[in-house]
Amino acid sequence: MAADDDNIISIRGLKNQFGSQVIHDGLDLDVKRGEVLGIVGGSGTGKSVLLRTIIGLNRPRAGDIKVFGENLAKLPDDVRREWESHWGVLFQDGALFSSLTVGQNIQVPIKEHLTLSQKTMDEIAALKIGMVGLPPNAGPKYPSELSGGMRKRAGLARALALDPDIVFLDEPTAGLDPIGAAAFDNLILSLKNTLGLTVFMVTHDLDSLHAICDRIAVLAEKRVIIVGTMDEMMRHNHPWVREYFHGPRARAALDAKG
Amino acid sequence: MASEITQATIEVTRDGRGTTLHAAGDWVVRAMGDVDRQLRALKLGSGESVELDLSGVTRADTSGAWILERTRREAEAHGRCFLKGTPAQLEELMRQVGESYEPADSVPRHPFAVIASIEGLGRGLVAALLEGINILGFTGQVIQTWFRWLVMWKRIRFTPVVYHMEQVGLNAVPIIALISFLIGAVLAFLGSDLLEDFGAEVYTVTLVSFAFLREFGVLLTAIMVAGRSGSAFTAQIGSMKNREEIDAMKALGLDHIELLVLPRVIAMILCLPLLTFLADIMGLLGGGTVLMLMEGMSPGQFYYRLQAVTEIQHFNVGLIKSVFFAASIAIIGCYQGLKVEGSAESVGQRTTLSVVEAIFTVIVLDAAFAIYFIEIDY
Repeated sequence: MAADDDNIISIRGLKNQFGSQVIHDGLDLDVKRGEVLGIVGGSGTGKSVLLRTIIGLNRPRAGDIKVFGENLAKLPDDVRREWESHWGVLFQDGALFSSLTVGQNIQVPIKEHLTLSQKTMDEIAALKIGMVGLPPNAGPKYPSELSGGMRKRAGLARALALDPDIVFLDEPTAGLDPIGAAAFDNLILSLKNTLGLTVFMVTHDLDSLHAICDRIAVLAEKRVIIVGTMDEMMRHNHPWVREYFHGPRARAALDAKG
Repeated sequence: MASEITQATIEVTRDGRGTTLHAAGDWVVRAMGDVDRQLRALKLGSGESVELDLSGVTRADTSGAWILERTRREAEAHGRCFLKGTPAQLEELMRQVGESYEPADSVPRHPFAVIASIEGLGRGLVAALLEGINILGFTGQVIQTWFRWLVMWKRIRFTPVVYHMEQVGLNAVPIIALISFLIGAVLAFLGSDLLEDFGAEVYTVTLVSFAFLREFGVLLTAIMVAGRSGSAFTAQIGSMKNREEIDAMKALGLDHIELLVLPRVIAMILCLPLLTFLADIMGLLGGGTVLMLMEGMSPGQFYYRLQAVTEIQHFNVGLIKSVFFAASIAIIGCYQGLKVEGSAESVGQRTTLSVVEAIFTVIVLDAAFAIYFIEIDY
């Protein structure tokens, strides 16, 4: 357990490979407790694969992944599942269970891991619905009756059901209108501030990067080429990083922030 | 570290001036079960003054904060509530949670059960009626598109028709051949056993040929194909509908009936009679095999009896019916596929419906045909 206590996730020498195609090779990354880390990178650099590998949906070829200081892949199933209940995941389209209502979706992890009375679970579901900014009448609705933005919020509500220590967000603002995206950013920020949440966020949204990320990690050349604050990104010399953070869209986002 | 949790506790003390609640420990969702039950069981008198002492709370998350906030609200509803020793962070969390919380249902509210079931019956009847009308309308659309196709030869796309013929027809050959052979054998076996009592076992060949050519061959095939291919049509078209592929076709000015439905209907109408023919042959073979093995009939005798007792119209009746069965199976399969909405669950529901409706229609049609052919003495 040499890992620094500050690091809630630490990845060393990660290698991912599908067939002959190497996605990650020798990837190192640390996520500090209580920070919002944004992951950026071009299409096909394996941002989502990295996220899926950390949460155990994808088995790496080589390397060590420690979450909460534990190498989860090496733990017995029941212990691992207990640790897994300490994080929440928001998939790209929410990935809500289509046969359950929003309220029932939020209660799924609570029912699975805890024994609370139905009344209290209903209250917690209602609370999470309010916290993510959904109207109360969204509770008894089925996912197919919701818009894309509402599904994302409902997915976040489910991810937050057990008040996790880490939330993984896969492109949380993709497909939202700018007002909705900004509201989502604010939501993440206020959750982070009140709950001390650690956020691991794959995103393409430059506004989000500016607005809420404490640090940014850039994926390129099969590894993390730089991790740092926005200012450090702006000064970095790697051609892709320069183009990403100095392109016309980046400048517009920066101007908007002032 | 995240896992080290001290159980949340609540201690109730009552004296002359009111009730004091001492909360302590980690008020996080994982440690909440007991205190939640305790607090729910707590009865407060009206006008009672409650002091909520939160100085012992070491940690809280949103669920814990909500339960504290709920308790505070309840106490205030009865009388007065004072907070004591609240850590600043918890106070902020309780405020935020209180702002966010609005009662929301997790399941849709259902009206009174008896009324709901009567209402459900009525709605079901109306829905079934409408469904019948819709399927007739859809059949009309398909026929209309078909005629348009016949006029414009160049538009006909043979590749999808051939593809679906392979799926519906060729790939079904082994299973249809096997079950027809077996049912033919069973029919001959039971038939000869029964007719033997009357000394009429020579009529077993008549029984097998009459039953198989008129009814069993085509019914077995139609039911098998409805389960195999009608359901596949629904699932294929349904998942295309889910991924907005049908909408994309419409937006591109393509006719989804022409592209998706017609090739399937035509392939089915071409294949089902062929499969029925195969089932007829295999059923007769199965019957013949049993008669030869068990009753000592020679192949020549069987062949001679078969020719003597079988009239071509029995065979025709089976084939004529198969065309109509084919059309209804394919049309219902495609119709249900196009009715899919939104979720994966809907694909499953519609697929079930498609098979049930297709088999139901086949059997109703079969009954109608039986009466018709008897009445015209065919």
